[in-house]
Amino acid sequence: MTPEDLAFVADLTLRHAGVIIRADKSFFVETRLGPIARREALESVTQLVERARSTGDETLTRQIVAATLVQDTSFFRDRATFAHLQQTVLPALASRDKAPIRLLSAGCATGQEAYTLAMVALECLAPPRIDIVAIDFSAQALMKAETGVYSHFEVQRGLPIRSLLRHFEQADDHWKTRPDLRQSIRWEERNLLNDLSDLGAFDIVVCSHVLSTFESAAAAETLDRLESVCRDDGLMVFGANESVSPPAAFAATPTPGVWRRSSAFPRALSAG
Amino acid sequence: MTSRTCLVVDDSRVMRKVATRIVEQLHFEAIEAADGLEALSYCRSAMPDAILLDWSMPTMDGMEFLEKLRGEPNGHHPLVVMCSAETNPERIQFALDRGAAEYIMKPFDGDIIASKFEAVGLI
Repeated sequence: MTPEDLAFVADLTLRHAGVIIRADKSFFVETRLGPIARREALESVTQLVERARSTGDETLTRQIVAATLVQDTSFFRDRATFAHLQQTVLPALASRDKAPIRLLSAGCATGQEAYTLAMVALECLAPPRIDIVAIDFSAQALMKAETGVYSHFEVQRGLPIRSLLRHFEQADDHWKTRPDLRQSIRWEERNLLNDLSDLGAFDIVVCSHVLSTFESAAAAETLDRLESVCRDDGLMVFGANESVSPPAAFAATPTPGVWRRSSAFPRALSAG
Repeated sequence: MTSRTCLVVDDSRVMRKVATRIVEQLHFEAIEAADGLEALSYCRSAMPDAILLDWSMPTMDGMEFLEKLRGEPNGHHPLVVMCSAETNPERIQFALDRGAAEYIMKPFDGDIIASKFEAVGLI
């Protein structure tokens, strides 16, 4: 693809998803757009870009943007974070009252993060009390997530073998999440640039390795939207090594990437 | 600081070479053994910190080795990570019940070994 094609795609991705594509990502973008060009019976990515440019077709634009987003994820990514949630945070929430514990996986890609949340939640909560909402821009990634089928390689990156045996069943040379895990998660196609308030309030908002790919104004606005769906005593979780500045109302915890709303800033006040 | 040791046990020479290169990148000193007997003989001379253990091997297979290892003085010291083409969940559970700390299904790559070593606290 030409530098002009890449600039056009980068502009689409910035406007529709708030994500920055650097000028040296030409090979990555071309690799990702190739399958869409073939599906549209076009001979090249250049032709695909030309069609998107000339027609402004919304569905095609969405597909192009979704394909350029990084879907890199694995089970138990940031192991210390999930250990902390399992050993400390979730047991405390479980003993709070009998209400369901609500968790948000924002930018869930192919679902590994949401399933990891479900696995650690099942350690101390009965399935009816686990309410996980997982959202992503990419319909294709969500389709895979919802099916819950992962390759031999995917289930060996980060996932302990005992968790694999307990939560997955073998399906030929793939592994499929068991029904109790799948039933605790609701998948929704959502753009993080749009309002999220109808999703309700969450005890833990996880947005890991997402905002660091965003343009800075889009990241700041998305952070505000995520904060607005985080409960007064809630946690926000980012990547352990990710450089994200959490909202002012949140204070660091000893676990890198995990932030708790400070009691000095209840939600109603911090909103103003 | 003396580096920690990892015994790589596999009857395939190619597999041993691949695994050795990976564990060396994880800063282990690697020693190779072609079957359970060789592995046991090494362990009697110097107990390794980690063992990457194939299951199906001639002379003495991985499970028999694991059982004999645990009967040796200091035989509970090494963390044993199985590395086998066996993917049947019941067979994997059997290996875990016999004392394997983790389990890698072949084929594998460097990321998988690193991830499994991390899971059991070796790195």
